[in-house]
This record gives sequence, C-alpha cells and structure tokens, in this order.
Amino acid sequence: MQRPNRLQFATKEGIGPNLPAVGGATPRSKEAIIWRKLRSNFGDGLFHMAVFGCALAVIAILSLIILQLYLNSRLSLHAFGWKFLTTSVWDPVNSEFGALPLIYGTLVSSAVALVLAVPLGLGVAVFITEMCPQWLTGALSFTTELLAAIPSVIYGLWAIFVLVPILRLQVEPWLARHFQWTGLFSGPAYGIGMLAGGVILAIMIVPIISSITREVLAAVPRNQREAVLALGATRWEMIRTGVLRNARAGILGAIILGLGRALGETMAVTMVIGNRAEIAKSLFAPGYTMASVIANEFSEASGDLYLNALVEVALVLFIVTIIVNALARLLVWTVTHGVGARVHAQ
Amino acid sequence: MLNKDRKTNIGSRISVSRKLKDGLATLLAFAAVLLVLLPLGAIFFQLVSRGFSSINWAFLTQTPRPVGEAGGGMGNAIVGSGMILAIASMLGVPVGIGAGVYLSEYGGGRFAQIIRFAADVLNGVPSIVIGIVAYALVVLRQKHFSALAGGVALAIMMIPTITRATEEMLLLVPHSVREAALGLGIARWRTTLSITLPTARAGIITGIMLAFARVAGETAPLLFTAFGNQFWNRNINQPTAALPLQIFTYAISPFDEWHRQAWAGALVLITLIVSTVAIVRFVLGRRLVRGTN
Repeated sequence: MQRPNRLQFATKEGIGPNLPAVGGATPRSKEAIIWRKLRSNFGDGLFHMAVFGCALAVIAILSLIILQLYLNSRLSLHAFGWKFLTTSVWDPVNSEFGALPLIYGTLVSSAVALVLAVPLGLGVAVFITEMCPQWLTGALSFTTELLAAIPSVIYGLWAIFVLVPILRLQVEPWLARHFQWTGLFSGPAYGIGMLAGGVILAIMIVPIISSITREVLAAVPRNQREAVLALGATRWEMIRTGVLRNARAGILGAIILGLGRALGETMAVTMVIGNRAEIAKSLFAPGYTMASVIANEFSEASGDLYLNALVEVALVLFIVTIIVNALARLLVWTVTHGVGARVHAQ
Repeated sequence: MLNKDRKTNIGSRISVSRKLKDGLATLLAFAAVLLVLLPLGAIFFQLVSRGFSSINWAFLTQTPRPVGEAGGGMGNAIVGSGMILAIASMLGVPVGIGAGVYLSEYGGGRFAQIIRFAADVLNGVPSIVIGIVAYALVVLRQKHFSALAGGVALAIMMIPTITRATEEMLLLVPHSVREAALGLGIARWRTTLSITLPTARAGIITGIMLAFARVAGETAPLLFTAFGNQFWNRNINQPTAALPLQIFTYAISPFDEWHRQAWAGALVLITLIVSTVAIVRFVLGRRLVRGTN
C-alpha cells in the first residue's frame, strides 16, 4: 500500500515541476533544468557524505578505543614494561602490578568452559541440522537462541544461588573422591572458584558455538551427504565423513569464536570465580580474570598508576580478543564463503 | 529407526558394530541437547519461582530502602535503564543505519571492506573494555558518572550489530526496485530514503531490536559509566541507576531481602528481553524484505 504512494509522491516532487519547463523552452526552463540537476547532485553528494560519515564513525570508534586504551595505560606501560605480563604479584596497596594471575585465570576458566561446551555445542548443532525431525527444528533453534539472549548478570545471579551450592555439595566432593590424583580437584570445596567460573562460561558459550556450527554445517553441500549415503554409510558415518570432515575449519572457527566470548565475559564470572589474584593448580581454588579485575576494582581504584594498570589489563584483553576473533572469522569464512562460491559456480 | 528400514533393503550388510555406533552417536547428540536445555529450563524456572512473589506495585515504582527495612523497589532503576537505553538508541541507531546504507549502496571498494572488518572487530570487543573507553571519553571529561556516559558505551555496542544487519537487509532488496525508481528520474539519495530503506524496513527494525535486546542486559559497561544511584534521577548528566546494575549489587550483597529483590529485578529484565526477541521472531521475522521470501 505504502510503496506506490511514495512513488507517486516522489514522482510529483522529482519530475512534476519539470514538465511545464520542457514545453516552454524559455531560458528560464534551461535554468530550471540545470538547477534541478544541481539540486539533485547536491542532494546526492550530501547524502553520500552523510552515510560515509557514519561508516567513518565505525572506524573512528575503533581507533578511539585503541588510542584511549593506550593513552590511559601509559604510566603502567612505562613503569612495568613486559614484566607486567610475567610477574604474579597484584598488590594495589604497594603499587605492584603483575597481571600473570589474571591472565592465568582468564585462560584456565576459558579452557574449562571450552572442554565442557565444545562437545555439547557440536552435539546440539549436529542434532538440529542432521538428526532432528522437521517439526522440532524451529523450536530447538529458538530455544538455543534464547539461551544467548539471557544477560550475563542473570547467569551470574543463577550461578550464585543455584549452581554454586550444587557444585559445593555434590559435584566437587565427588570430583575430589575420584579425581584427586590429578591435582586439579583438591583443597576445600567452596563452590565458588575457578570451576564455577568455567561451568557458567560453558553454559554461556554453548549457544554461540552451536549456532555458528549450524551455519557451517548448513553450508556443506547436500550432494556430499547424498554421495556418502549412496555408498551405504549409516547416518553417523555420513555425518562424520561427509559433513564434519568438510566443515572442519568452520567448526574450529566456531569454537574459537566461543573462546573469544569466554575471554571477555565479565559479570557472571566475576560473581562466582572468587576474585583472588593467585595462581593455584586446583580448580576448586578461587581465581581472578582480566575482565573481572577491571569490573571489581576500576571504580574504586585510587592513584593514577593503579588506574593505568587496570587500563593496561583492558588493553591486553582487547588485543587478545581481536586476534582470537579475527582468526575465527577467517576460519568460518573459508567454509561458508568457499562452499557458497562453489555452489554458485555449478 | 532409519536403520530398521534399511535392514529390510540391504539385509545384514551393515554390521552390528556400525549400527551400534550410529545409535550411540544419535543418543549422544540428543543427550547434548537435553544437557543444554537443562540449565535454560532451570534458569527460567528459578526466575519465576523466586522472583514472581516479590514483584508488586511498590517494587516497580519505589526506590530502594536501606538495609533492614522491608519493601522498596527498583522503580528508579527501571526508569534509569529506560533513560540510558533511549540515549544509546538515539546515538547508535542513526549511525548504525547510515553505515549500513553506505556499505550496501556505496560499498564496493576497499574502504568498505575495511569498515566491514572494523564492524566485526568492534562486535567482538569485550563490553568491559568499551566501558573503560566510555569512562575515558565522557566521565573523565565531565568529572562525574552519568547516564550519558552509560548511553555512549551502549551505543558503541549497538552500532556494529545494526550496521551489519542494515547492510544485509538492504542487499536483499532486488536491484530492479532501485532501477525502477531511478528510471523515473528520482535522485539516488531519494531512492535510497523513500524506496530502498522502506522496502527493507521490517528486517532493519529486527536488527535494531536484537541489538537493543543485547545491550538492555549489559552490566559491565555501566559499572563505571552510569554507576548506579539510590534515588530518582532525571538528569542525564548525573549518576543513574540501571536494572542490571541493581541486580548485580543486590546479588552479591549478603542480605536475604536484597537477594529476593535481585531475583524480582532479573525476572523483570528477562521479561523485557525475551518479549523483544519473541516479537522480532514471531511478528517481524516472517518477511524481512517486501517482495521477497
């Protein structure tokens, strides 16, 4: 209804005023034509400039982020140099800042999350794309999308009051009984600690891994599946050789995207990881991540060096997540784009 | 099930171990789905069972009471969240749409490729880092926390999502629509504004609402920008309460009454977000671009 209306409107505006001028052929009409052309050129130029400005803003914001992170961490960069990344004393009182425990905490909690989330995410993706009956697909994909829409702070709230007690009373004693020899599950079971952080991160990144993996699996051409089935393979053999093997790079990309999210995740982890800047082998022990140290200490940080050290932590986190995300995008692109091109070429 | 049918066709050529493996794989994949749905179900169940009883008129309209006093609510946080989100949308939506229009209508070159990459990078920047940048850009200059700073942080988070969604939707608009408009002598800018954008309207609104739902629950970038406030505040240059911030503060406090309110606040927040996502999915999601499927 609306489109024809707008067209009419545009016609009146754009061509209408011109019509009498064409018939008249007076000098004024020529002027009118030139004027109209100028006006439309002017409008085009202005519009082009406006949207170009918006596009430029995206780059400007990114540059501004890098610039501000650098400017506000200069003191700490000069004071500690590379030692910032390799020393493990985080002591605001004595103005000593070494980020190693934070980096360790970030890496370990993300690693725990990946160990739990990768099999689950892949399982969900394979089930939805390859095994699920048609009528269930929509509902399942909507539900996993919903999991991605829950805010971090709500995951944190749930983790504090539901997940942590379960870990403390059931899971951790069990792990300690059976796997203490690994050294990963020893010491008092508080519930709160690195393991809790890893588990809640796992729940949060499953939807990312599964949705990107689904995209990648969907990009594997149908004839690959049919060819393997025609050779007499079972469904699982078809999935393993015809689908998963073709989508390897993209699946790796999905996993790395999940990792990128886990590294930068703040609130839920802050609420359950224990927030102590120590390196402990046991996953029961409290830890600290780069994101949660900023969340906890930034608004209370006194002294310029302290603030600068926290911004430097943010700078490190920023660089790491950019590298991780760029790598992941590249991997996903090789599968979805490459295959897409091949399909179109046929 | 599939195997049973096949057995009649190919006889016993599929060995038992292969069939077992096939069944096991299906079982494991199904178990993964159940394991993922379990926390989702648990979270929604707990939110309703623990939060619903604390939601009442006072909770939605009053400010927090001091520790030990029963009652009070998150009225100021709900209004504050609305304020911050309004600022974020006003700043982020036009820029995001503009950049998306540039990418789809003028974006053939190398520069556009750089912008696409920048938008993807920006999308992956941890929210806490964006909080620090908004702090450096706005709070340090104003010398105090403000709703404006929180809005700027959330706007930065909205822009890349809206940009890529707008571009994607505009690219779905058939070329013939643009050509028809241009053929009538309509200027290019007018074609984009009056023909192309309205054609992709539903899809673009979907992108905007998804970006909105994503930032509505963000807490980390507000910690040292909006900061939070125990009282009513209508000035965008003053520290302002926000629903996610209030939930965080209450959740890590040691008081039972505050825990109850945190659950109630979380229920309000999740209702807002899920209804946004559901509206997008069921009302707008049918046909993103007119004339296409």
